[in-house]
Amino acid sequence: MDITDFFDTFFEEASELLADMERLLLELDVEAPDPEHLNAIFRAAHSIKGGAGTFGFDVLQKTTHLFENLLDHTRKGELTLRRDIVDTFLETKDMLNDQLDAYRNGDEPDQEAFERICAILEQLALEEIGLGQHAGDDTQHDTATTRESNWESAPGLSGCLVVALLGVSEENRVLLVEELGQLGEVKDQAGDSARYEVVLETTASAEDIEAVMCFIIDPEQVAVQLLATPDEPGAPSGAPAAKQPATTVATATPPAPETPKTPSRTKSASKGSAESTSIRVSVDKVDQIINLVGELIITQSMLDQTVSELEGVGTGSLLNGMSLLQRNARDLQEAVMSIRMIPMDFVFSRFPRVVRETSAKLGKEIELVTEGESTELDKSLTERIIDPLTHLVRNSLDHGIEPPEERDAAGKPRTGRLILSARHQGGNIIIEVIDDGAGLDRDKLLAKARENGLPVSDNMADDEVWQLIFAPGFSTAKEVTDVSGRGVGMDVVRRNIQGMGGHVQIMSRRGEGTTIRIVLPLTLAILDGMLIKVGQEVFILPLSTVLESLQPAREDCYAMAGDDVVLKVRDEYLPVVAVHEALDVQGARTELTETIAVIVQGEGRRYALLVDDLVGQQQVVVKNLETNYRKVPGISAATILGDGSVALILDIAGLHRLDRSKREARRPSRLPTNDEQLFSVQGDSQ
Amino acid sequence: MTTLNANAAMAEAEAHNREFLVFSLGEEEYAVDILKVQEIRGYENVTRIANAPDFIKGVTNLRGVIVPIVDLRIKFHLDSVEYGGQTVVIVVNVADRIVGIVVDGVSDVMTLTPEQIKPAPEFGVTLSSDFLSGLGSLDDRMLVLVDIDKLLTSQEMALVEKVAD
Repeated sequence: MDITDFFDTFFEEASELLADMERLLLELDVEAPDPEHLNAIFRAAHSIKGGAGTFGFDVLQKTTHLFENLLDHTRKGELTLRRDIVDTFLETKDMLNDQLDAYRNGDEPDQEAFERICAILEQLALEEIGLGQHAGDDTQHDTATTRESNWESAPGLSGCLVVALLGVSEENRVLLVEELGQLGEVKDQAGDSARYEVVLETTASAEDIEAVMCFIIDPEQVAVQLLATPDEPGAPSGAPAAKQPATTVATATPPAPETPKTPSRTKSASKGSAESTSIRVSVDKVDQIINLVGELIITQSMLDQTVSELEGVGTGSLLNGMSLLQRNARDLQEAVMSIRMIPMDFVFSRFPRVVRETSAKLGKEIELVTEGESTELDKSLTERIIDPLTHLVRNSLDHGIEPPEERDAAGKPRTGRLILSARHQGGNIIIEVIDDGAGLDRDKLLAKARENGLPVSDNMADDEVWQLIFAPGFSTAKEVTDVSGRGVGMDVVRRNIQGMGGHVQIMSRRGEGTTIRIVLPLTLAILDGMLIKVGQEVFILPLSTVLESLQPAREDCYAMAGDDVVLKVRDEYLPVVAVHEALDVQGARTELTETIAVIVQGEGRRYALLVDDLVGQQQVVVKNLETNYRKVPGISAATILGDGSVALILDIAGLHRLDRSKREARRPSRLPTNDEQLFSVQGDSQ
Repeated sequence: MTTLNANAAMAEAEAHNREFLVFSLGEEEYAVDILKVQEIRGYENVTRIANAPDFIKGVTNLRGVIVPIVDLRIKFHLDSVEYGGQTVVIVVNVADRIVGIVVDGVSDVMTLTPEQIKPAPEFGVTLSSDFLSGLGSLDDRMLVLVDIDKLLTSQEMALVEKVAD
């Protein structure tokens, strides 16, 4: 077994620790920092340092070492926090993240950045604490808390520790003992796989050892105790230092029952409780389970079909069994799907930082409120929503909320308020970015749209005017700022969200603020579909795109230039797209009045889709076509029906585009528009 | 020939031999590296994909995975393209993708020594010699050794969005 096998674990844990650290740093009250928070931040840095040392990530280790020293002084109250210091800490955290990423990708971190951040940290240490005092503190602190922040330059404070490994397999044990050997001198070792004790003479502290071990085995599996440390337990340095170990002990998880002697400092509390109730599983494995459950459901419905055709004695209990199976399979599917769901907090938690930095840059006072952090969303979606949401938040901060003076003048509180909220509604999640800023300016938007050559009119509905901000290259910001205003982005935001199967709505009131609402499906893995038939082929329409369906009457169809036909539905003229034309289906009904028009809406576009028959509604498991094939125009994905055959899921917006490009491609072959051919939709199909 | 690394049981003398799955397209005999083959199954239940080249028959459900099906007989412009009980689909694994290829029949698995593999002459119009790893001569038979990786990831197969290399 190679130590590199543990790299991934380290990277994952370290990223989590950094995320925790950022959250804690942001929550810090500069005036009266919570000592628990400071301790937690310190511990995070410390664990990363330990791991980095073990795996030989020098740059990471050195950076965390400097950082840790500063944090140590902070938690002992020797360094008074200021906002700019917290900012420096945050910057350091980012740097650590970068370094971690570099190591993860097998690169060496940016040396220049490393030197710069070290210089900043050293400068900070020098200015705030003073170098002389700094060194003094270190020694005093080491004596007091038995932790030695830099074991390479150990000033001779050796102690003997008993490291007990509980339930560790032989191969891991050998590795761990080897590892311990690098931290100090292994004096003695004995025991069995249930409890193996290693006596170690080392200058490293119990915490260091735990931190190192934890990257290889579970924290519950290691217990470190002091053996005989003549120069240790006195804690001579007085009250403030003595308090520190006390809190550490208090927050530690209860000692493992196997260690009846002195209370062992098993593990800092930050992770202990969470780890006992959750396990880390790779997304691939979860996806595999989801796939298998999808299969199970398909098999179950196939069986169901067979059973329903059976007749005779004894089918009663079979039918009962089948309905039980069906229920269990559905429950199983739901339970499995919920594994992928993670709370929106995962997304929202990064916004305090965004808001803090952006508002500082813009000189605005902004309070961020988040609501519905516990609302759950599919993991793949949470990851993809971050970028668009960040963009929307920045936009609101920059363009939405006014500077304090303007707010004063408008009679509003100086501090602007930005609300991020999430909630479930039906099968959707609704995420809103609400600001109490100036609102969108209808006239300005219209003027700008005209300038950009967009087709607008003064009597457009507000909704349509607001949607203009999503047009490519559209920005009404008077000047391009660092934060936003380049006009790229909003169209990307909308495209991203549509790519996730969602859409964006805007509500705005002049002077009162703007609400941007993102509506997303809860999951991409399952879709409520409407089965339609065209010729002999079955397709699936996402139910969320279907508005209504009707049988078109001849008098409601109107011809337009070329071979376009529009359908009049309740005073609205809708373009018509025939599935059999767009997708070249053979043997479909071509007479307009014999087909069924399904009114669909996608990407803000509404049109009538002509199909032969509506088959029914069904929940389908979405299967990616691109895994083994490629993207198909007009098709978003595929699924497997009850009989095991594949059905394609239609992409409403894509189908419209496909239809249009097909018509355009056909046009040159046509003679100049001929009035007789106006009603030619039905005649066109092959 | 490194593809055989996996087969440690192979005696060293045979280490440079390669095994091929021989299949027929009309009267012609073709062969693919057996290590690329995942399974062989019947031709059934293929869902057509609109606006795709004619040799792409569509997609099928392979135990929950959506797999495209390519008919090499159409691709190679064979005269008769019939789907019967003998028609089989060879499911191959190339470039991290699973693709099914329709052929008229699978005959056997052949072991070819390096001497039996001759370079393919520059002749193909329909089937460029780029897509061949050689010609296998076996007594009086000639096997066209198809480089299935190159063929299926090529631009003209339109199976993948971007062509590898």
